[in-house]
Amino acid sequence: MLNPAVPVLQPLMNMISILHYGLFLLIVLLSNYTQALDISGSISTEGRLFLNSPQNPNQHEGHNLSIAIEPEIVQEWDDGHQRITFKPFYRWDLRDTKRTHTDIRELFYMQYGDGWEIRFGLDKVFWGVTEALHLVDIINQTDMIENPDGEDKLGQPMLKLALERDSGNWQLFILPGFRERTFPGRAGRLRTLLPVDTSQAQYAAANGKQHVDFALRWSKTIEEWDVGLAHFHGTGRDPSFRLGLNKNAQPVLIPYYEIIDQTSLDAQYSHGNWLWKFESIYRTGQTGGNYFATTGGFERTWVGFRGHSDDLGILAELAWDQRGRRSTTPFNNDLFIGVRWTANDTQSTELLAGMITDWKNGSKSINLEASRRLNNDWKISIQARGWFNISKQDPLTNIDQDDYVEIELTRYY
Amino acid sequence: MPQSLTTLLILLSLCCLNGNGAIAQTPEQRGLEIAIEADRRDTGFHDFKAEMNMILRNAHGEESVRDMRTNVLEQANDGDKTLIVFDQPRDVKGTALLTFSHKRGSDDQWLYLPALKRVKRIASKNKSGPFMGSEFAYEDLASQEVEKYTYRYIQDDVLNGQKMFLIQRDPVDPNSGYSYQNLWIDQQHYRPWRIEYFDRKRTKLKTLEFSGYNQYLGQYWRAAQMFMQNHQTGKSTLLIWKEYHFHAGLGENDFTQNSLKRAR
Repeated sequence: MLNPAVPVLQPLMNMISILHYGLFLLIVLLSNYTQALDISGSISTEGRLFLNSPQNPNQHEGHNLSIAIEPEIVQEWDDGHQRITFKPFYRWDLRDTKRTHTDIRELFYMQYGDGWEIRFGLDKVFWGVTEALHLVDIINQTDMIENPDGEDKLGQPMLKLALERDSGNWQLFILPGFRERTFPGRAGRLRTLLPVDTSQAQYAAANGKQHVDFALRWSKTIEEWDVGLAHFHGTGRDPSFRLGLNKNAQPVLIPYYEIIDQTSLDAQYSHGNWLWKFESIYRTGQTGGNYFATTGGFERTWVGFRGHSDDLGILAELAWDQRGRRSTTPFNNDLFIGVRWTANDTQSTELLAGMITDWKNGSKSINLEASRRLNNDWKISIQARGWFNISKQDPLTNIDQDDYVEIELTRYY
Repeated sequence: MPQSLTTLLILLSLCCLNGNGAIAQTPEQRGLEIAIEADRRDTGFHDFKAEMNMILRNAHGEESVRDMRTNVLEQANDGDKTLIVFDQPRDVKGTALLTFSHKRGSDDQWLYLPALKRVKRIASKNKSGPFMGSEFAYEDLASQEVEKYTYRYIQDDVLNGQKMFLIQRDPVDPNSGYSYQNLWIDQQHYRPWRIEYFDRKRTKLKTLEFSGYNQYLGQYWRAAQMFMQNHQTGKSTLLIWKEYHFHAGLGENDFTQNSLKRAR
């Protein structure tokens, strides 16, 4: 089981590289004889200040500095019915060599006609409706070293077919090539107490990363309801962990990716100033047995709060996982309560503050996210996360000492 | 035939009374009649595409811009479907808003956030809120359906040398930000030229001036510029419409969540 799967993976990595290279060539080619390329993107500088000393002396103290660049190059033709999008990503990190990383977020060919659309290449797909926890969202792997909220995703190789019918919106995904979850390195903060050794990742599938995954999703809007049903079969995106040793005989966690089946339902009921949200999954194949998990709640907005143009929203969501204390996620018996303030001003000033409490063990996470446009090209964002009263039984115990404040300055071009 | 003659006489008398409108009609009937005629003249365009540029100016004269493109599909028995894609400011490039407006009740709205590739159904009661931080509220830019207001004809008026109808209209929706609006419509083509907006306290809030009307497909009039002045804050927004393209070949499938996700 401890055999590194690298030799098996190499051909696939080569294949993906060829795919990347091929599409890139296509872009270069097309740019020579069709309309001008549309080039845009962003460069962001991120400063983080960690308020406490780390749990492990290998982890860095104090501040961190990081710079990320994400250009987007788009070539359209056939009156917009055909398109190639290329969106590479690069981050440099002062402290964590693992966080210095490259990804291709998107590199796909898209064509659509009357009631159909196909995409081929690397792309990102989001499913779901809730705010605190994204249970049903499964197509893309999480780029976990980007942000502990798990909302950053790696580009996923796919062939996607979407059909709009009276019966609803049907989407079929064929997903060749698995992307491994990223984890902070030894020196990084916001990691498990034992670092994760991704080089030894193990798979339930005999063909490892080459296993081809499938997904099917049906969704429909019926007046005030938006409903989605989906099924996924393939390598699960969130691994289990096994204890092991790295090549220097130091203890590490080794990710183990199971073959899972996951059936999901998501629904939102939008009425007046109320949004009611619900997501539920049933998963088989994960180590530790089959399970249900559910999250849901509401967002209530007061328009014109404070007499003028501000909006104030209150959010509340519950998260439950049938595995209880055996959950691999911290969100097994949790309540999220949040406040969203939208100034509706010229600078699009907004703030989202929330607290997640585990009602069984009392662990609390506090999040604050705020942003404001400085001018047409610049934007500033502030993020603060803290963990309080964390139970030793809660997975959050790993990052209990990693409370931080982040300021990010982004230049768009 | 005596019966036909009677019918004819009745019709004639109705006609004459109508011609003497002030006596035959209440101001409410007259106002509604003008609104219905304006709507009738703008019906049947099917679909169009256009570019919108906004220049927002605050009380200190500082400017910021909003650039977007819009697709509109007319609905036979309901409000229009609209897709708006943002180009500027740059941080919202690729953000798109899909609206199914309804003659009665709340509109349906979905917002596409390109960074997350997420479509969010949003609470559309927020119609009185500012559109992209501008002086236009969502309801000012929404599809103008006859059923959304009650009307009252005030008087004939003259504006910029043109003969106008001045009518007052009261929003039906209790979530509207306005108590009433004064609307100047020209008597020749039934085009709006000025709207005064009165807030819930019945104080004058904003004035919208239309200018640079062009006719498309030999029938449909569209203003090239709409200037909104907020009297209470001193802020203003100039909305410039460009590149109108009627009968652009848009259909129902261009106004779906899939189309929202690929909009750019």
